[in-house]
Amino acid sequence: MPDILVVATAPDGTLSRSSLELIAGAHAISGPLGLGVTAVLLGTGPGLADAPQALHQHGVARVLRVDHPLLTAGESDAYLRAIEQVARIERPEVVLISADTMGRDLAARLAWRLGAALVTECFELASGDGAVVARRQVYGGRAVATMAVTRRPAVFSMKPRSLDVPAPSPVSGTVEDLAVEMDPGDLPTRVRQVLREQSDVGLEDAQVVIGGGRGMGGPEGFAQLGELASALGGAVGASRPPADSGWVPLSWQVGQTGKTIRPALYVAVGISGATQHVAGVSGSRMIVAINRDPEAPIFSVAHLGIVADFREIVPPLIAKIKELKGL
Amino acid sequence: MDVVVCLKQVVDPELPVRDFAVDPGTQRQVREGRPLVISTYDENALEVALQLKDASGAKVKVLTLGPAAAVSEAIRLALAMGADEAIVVDDPRAPELSGAEKACTLAAAIRRIGSADLILTGCESADWAERVVAPLLAEDLGAACVTFVSRVEAGDGAPVVRRLVEDGYHLVEVRLPAVLSVTSDESNRPRLPKVKDIMAAKRKPVQTWSPADLTRSSARDPGAGVEVRGVVVPERTSRCEFLTGEPAEQVTALAQRLRDQKLL
Ligand SMILES: Cc1cc2nc3c(=O)[nH]c(=O)nc-3n(C[C@H](O)[C@H](O)[C@H](O)COP(=O)(O)OP(=O)(O)OC[C@H]3O[C@@H](n4cnc5c(N)ncnc54)[C@H](O)[C@@H]3O)c2cc1C
Ligand SMILES: Nc1ncnc2c1ncn2[C@@H]1O[C@H](COP(=O)(O)O)[C@@H](O)[C@H]1O
Repeated sequence: MPDILVVATAPDGTLSRSSLELIAGAHAISGPLGLGVTAVLLGTGPGLADAPQALHQHGVARVLRVDHPLLTAGESDAYLRAIEQVARIERPEVVLISADTMGRDLAARLAWRLGAALVTECFELASGDGAVVARRQVYGGRAVATMAVTRRPAVFSMKPRSLDVPAPSPVSGTVEDLAVEMDPGDLPTRVRQVLREQSDVGLEDAQVVIGGGRGMGGPEGFAQLGELASALGGAVGASRPPADSGWVPLSWQVGQTGKTIRPALYVAVGISGATQHVAGVSGSRMIVAINRDPEAPIFSVAHLGIVADFREIVPPLIAKIKELKGL
Repeated sequence: MDVVVCLKQVVDPELPVRDFAVDPGTQRQVREGRPLVISTYDENALEVALQLKDASGAKVKVLTLGPAAAVSEAIRLALAMGADEAIVVDDPRAPELSGAEKACTLAAAIRRIGSADLILTGCESADWAERVVAPLLAEDLGAACVTFVSRVEAGDGAPVVRRLVEDGYHLVEVRLPAVLSVTSDESNRPRLPKVKDIMAAKRKPVQTWSPADLTRSSARDPGAGVEVRGVVVPERTSRCEFLTGEPAEQVTALAQRLRDQKLL
């Protein structure tokens, strides 16, 4: 049966959450298009023994596993080669890849190699009249484009944290181990060093995110936000100017270019609310904005607004939260 | 080292939302009467190239695909910033082309330019943000590819680039020729041209080519079979409740709301 191939990556042996999100995308189109779903799991390490279970848990019965020592974090060229070899054997109709750091390269390059149609950075997949209908944000979040893809094969990359991981629906499944040919000397790029930036809670997975903008005035302002975040058990994010100015690590940036987040609570402090920023936070369950300009566009997307200088709000807020939590 | 920087011209992406409209005919943003600028990250890409020029005498050419009548300002700015030469591929349809179609034409133009050790692009264009041009150029040209690079260290051996990843950076060694897509950071803030640079730019060579002058590779076009059904501005209803009063009251009210929502 022709299939949808879900690309699941586990660079350090742990299956990435965005790989599981792809299953939701596959389920949205598999029924109407009459396609089965197969996952190809790529990575290395002892964790690969259990990773297929997680895929079976979420309803994918057939798992192809490629365990290769070159499939470590960031080795895009190794992943590309491996996926290409699998795709040439499997001949999928549709390939779904997460548009994460590696996936955003893989999707386009794989599509080229397979002569496939390509739509990147989608937040939703559906089907209609035999086409895969993908939706993606355009013009800095000002508009949404709907793309209909009739050509096969077709490759789609999904923006991480756009789809929910589907609820568990365990199936009994199979695991097939595949060997791929790769010579490290052939890879045109190699990761030489991994530099991790400290952050206690992963921004993409935090239930509470405190975002700071240019209005924070510098790194000191972010120290206050760090305190607020830890009182709430959350993470700190930022708009583009603080990331660009080196006040915070670049990987903290939230928005069109930065990360998409969907926490239960997002507090935007000193952020004007440009569409490119809002594009990355609009899925938050509750948005609170603290800004001294009552006309700031952030108030048109916030649920709760406080018009004030953050310096008058953030310190007493930290104290209040600590008091209420008995910290 | 020969460096080609791909620059796209777009409607200023930071214009107020009220100036944004979609043309129902083309399903693209209305450009008439709106200021046109170099796409945000393309300026950072050019800055990275110019730093290579400052450090080691790299030769920097800028390449743009767009309606020639409209791109002169973007090209002049790039030359004034310090690029040595510009190539314009004149295609009035450029604003409506998919990333894949643009990549095929840009790759053909780069082959015609002849020598390019490094090809730099922005990490995403400010309008459609497909993030495909760099990886597709790399495929078409048979070059290496690294995306979301903020710094390039070119020494004697293979360059090492700093690639942004989810939780920090990777330092990636890359073989040349390579296509790098550039994201912004504090090290590559675009320089402002001085008056004398603006004057000097007027004498720098600008070549204009037609797409018909270019030989595209025979590879299939990943843009085919993909139809834009619609570009729609979603309805947004404002629902903000303002917490008023003195800061102490605002803080108490906020803490209470967070409690009500079980966030505290
Ligand atoms: C292609 C492209 C991609 C982009 N990607 C992103 C992205 O991923 N993420 C992103 O965030 N942006 C992105 N941007 C940038 C975006 O357009 C805005 O420029 C940016 O979000 C503005 O950041 P800001 O709100 O922090 O700064 P500003 O717009 O300068 O706003 C600062 C705000 O702080 C308030 N303020 C100042 N002082 C205080 C104080 N003491 N107390 C309280 N409030 C105060 C001011 O009233 C103002 O509203 C992108 C832009 C482009 C063109
Ligand atoms: N019309 C164009 N002319 C020159 N370069 C372009 C053009 N379109 C896209 N690019 C380059 O490709 C990058 C990424 O674009 P995209 O893949 O559309 O997000 C841009 O930042 C530019 O550097």
